[in-house]
Amino acid sequence: MEVFKRRPYQTPGAVIRPLGFAPAGARSRPYTKFRRENFLNLVLHRLPAGQSADGTCCQDVKSQDAGLMAMVIQGARQGAIRAGGGNGMVRAIGWVSLGLGLAGVAAPRRVARMIGAGESDDSRDALLAVGLREIASGIGILSRPQSAGWLWARVGGDVMDLALLGAAAYASDRSQRDGGRLAATAAAVAGIAALDLSCARRLGSQGIGAAVGWAQDHAIHLKKTITLNRPREAVYGFWRDFTNLPRVMGHLESVEPVGDGRSRWRAKGPAGRSVEWDAEVTEDRPNERLAWRSLPGGDVDNAGSVRFEPGPGGRGTVLTVELRYIPPGGALGVAIARLFGREPGQEIQEDLRAFKQMMETGEVARSEASLGRIRHPAQAPAG
Amino acid sequence: MRATCWMGRNDVRVEQVPDPKILNPRDAIVRITSTAICGSDLHLYNGFIPTMEKGDILGHEFMGEVVEVGREIHNLKVGDRVVVPFPIACGGCFSCQNHLFSVCENSNPNAWMAEKMWGYSPAAIFGYSHMLGGYAGGQAEYARVPYADVGPIKVPNGMADEQALFLSDIFPTGYMGAENCNIRPGDTIAVWGCGPVGQFAIKSAFLLGAERVIAIDRFPYRLRMARESGAETVNYEEVDSVHDALKEMTGGRGPDACIDAVGMEAHGLGAVGAYDRAKQAMALETDRIVALREAVMACRNGGTVSVIGVYGGFVDKFPMGSIVNRSLTIRAGQAHVQHYMRPLLERIENGEIDPSFVITHLMSLDDAPHGYETFLHKQDECMKVVLRP
Repeated sequence: MEVFKRRPYQTPGAVIRPLGFAPAGARSRPYTKFRRENFLNLVLHRLPAGQSADGTCCQDVKSQDAGLMAMVIQGARQGAIRAGGGNGMVRAIGWVSLGLGLAGVAAPRRVARMIGAGESDDSRDALLAVGLREIASGIGILSRPQSAGWLWARVGGDVMDLALLGAAAYASDRSQRDGGRLAATAAAVAGIAALDLSCARRLGSQGIGAAVGWAQDHAIHLKKTITLNRPREAVYGFWRDFTNLPRVMGHLESVEPVGDGRSRWRAKGPAGRSVEWDAEVTEDRPNERLAWRSLPGGDVDNAGSVRFEPGPGGRGTVLTVELRYIPPGGALGVAIARLFGREPGQEIQEDLRAFKQMMETGEVARSEASLGRIRHPAQAPAG
Repeated sequence: MRATCWMGRNDVRVEQVPDPKILNPRDAIVRITSTAICGSDLHLYNGFIPTMEKGDILGHEFMGEVVEVGREIHNLKVGDRVVVPFPIACGGCFSCQNHLFSVCENSNPNAWMAEKMWGYSPAAIFGYSHMLGGYAGGQAEYARVPYADVGPIKVPNGMADEQALFLSDIFPTGYMGAENCNIRPGDTIAVWGCGPVGQFAIKSAFLLGAERVIAIDRFPYRLRMARESGAETVNYEEVDSVHDALKEMTGGRGPDACIDAVGMEAHGLGAVGAYDRAKQAMALETDRIVALREAVMACRNGGTVSVIGVYGGFVDKFPMGSIVNRSLTIRAGQAHVQHYMRPLLERIENGEIDPSFVITHLMSLDDAPHGYETFLHKQDECMKVVLRP
């Protein structure tokens, strides 16, 4: 007969109590234990266990362990069945996560014994928490298999699990600890962690690409469109003279003609540096299309085109800008820039907005506050 | 100069701030002679509008004298007396050319913020959060007015500030609310909210030919002012159901159009009011739409609900079924003030209306915090507070 201790702190049981499972540390009524056994039986397709006087199941330990393994394997099989095409491995990981999580929540003591951590209350609490986490990450992965975030969460969870296993190895209550099983579990978790890591990184690179648009050669590919209430000739005329562009494009510092149809561009790069490149016009159909490309030897490889079309029903000009460039710093540079709230697409969008304002109003809209972090918006900007 | 600055929730203070400067060639600087506190300023005061920062200058209803013009301004000269509309409109974009000035495409330098919230950005507004431009407002001694060749209109010499000031916001707003009802002879218009905007909506409805106007509020002094304009009134704290009262008053059919001049801080009674308050407190709903719900449900089949109250975000339990199944039209928007200023100025000059009737409190700019409190709590039968810098 197990002795349950009162816990002074809130346990995951507060969360799962409504599910009919007895929380660790509370007084477990026979009814609740009975329900839990029957749930397990239901999942594992066993006959209902007979009840003893205190409600503990009468089936032997080994078959219960085997039943749990069956549950996990069932989950993996589900994953394998659903896997196929695209992120099959990721989905499989999701199903296994769900399976493990359900096992941990349904039978924490048994799982704890299986992995060699012993059947103490501490390990039961830990397994409950781990189980809930696994369920959450499993649901997360399965609902968004193309997102790297959940896989990174799994990696974090695996690291946590390794830490917990390490703590269990040095637990004070050594009577129930099984060193061999702990080692085997740690090896398995490490292997799973490696798998999660590789999937997360693979998805991560796809993720940036999915949002921004990776072409085959890992360039960033942007396309933005804007309608200007001005005739095509005026819009083309402004754009064709590249030296005008720094007036409206915030990240361009200067554009200078260097003769022979070429121009030297300088822009603000990452970390406050400037980047420079020479470019030549590759296509120039007046009032229709303008295309340019950077020449080899510059800091940033880029190519772009601008299309000018009449708006529907004669409503102004529709400008479509396409830009391809390999950012300095590569994918990591983009990710870091993202952290600071700067997306390549957003900058181009703001530049196009400024261009539209210049074309339609003759000036770029400036409010006191938009000029910087100013406490009193009436404060004039420096310079 | 002194300016009323937003310092936090329920905290406005008159601070010393630097004078505004010309930033763009089409700017003008106006020395403000009169400025008012708007009902929508109370949403800022109560902390319902996001992207406010400590030190932001409030105020979007103001008029005064031009003291400086940018080099591209030729329609105004130093010394001209002007009223400034609250939406900042460039005059050159598709929206402005279609006279939809309050959705100008160019005036908001922080357009990306508003796009995240609403899909696309409307025009910037003076002194109304960074999402709407971050422009300094007009409850101050001076203000910078962008696109001064589009917005401000000159005030005729004989007209007092009190008569012209409300062309900046509340008169065109009430008028547009009434105009959006497509009033035909014989129509009955119901107006929720007898604050200043509601009062102008009532008067405008009559100017546009409404047969009857029914005004709904709970403050007796506000209902009295509505009656003075010719409206019939319903005090929703004294009737069992506004819907039933309106039904009875309109011979069982309901008003032909309903104007919501209440907005997101609607005060509601009973379970419905409590529901909205609770949801708003738990940030599960951003706006309280007690009045809007009532307006939709009370409108006659095929009628129009004209929304001029300010709403910011997302609402709960909106009676979409009532709208679809009964052929209702919803028209909404911030007033396209620039479109209405000249025609309404003419009406004032002709003596058809004297907008100063809403003013109940005249204060110095330094008393702005007291003005906000008085206006918010409707103390001293407060209807409209005008500040003199």
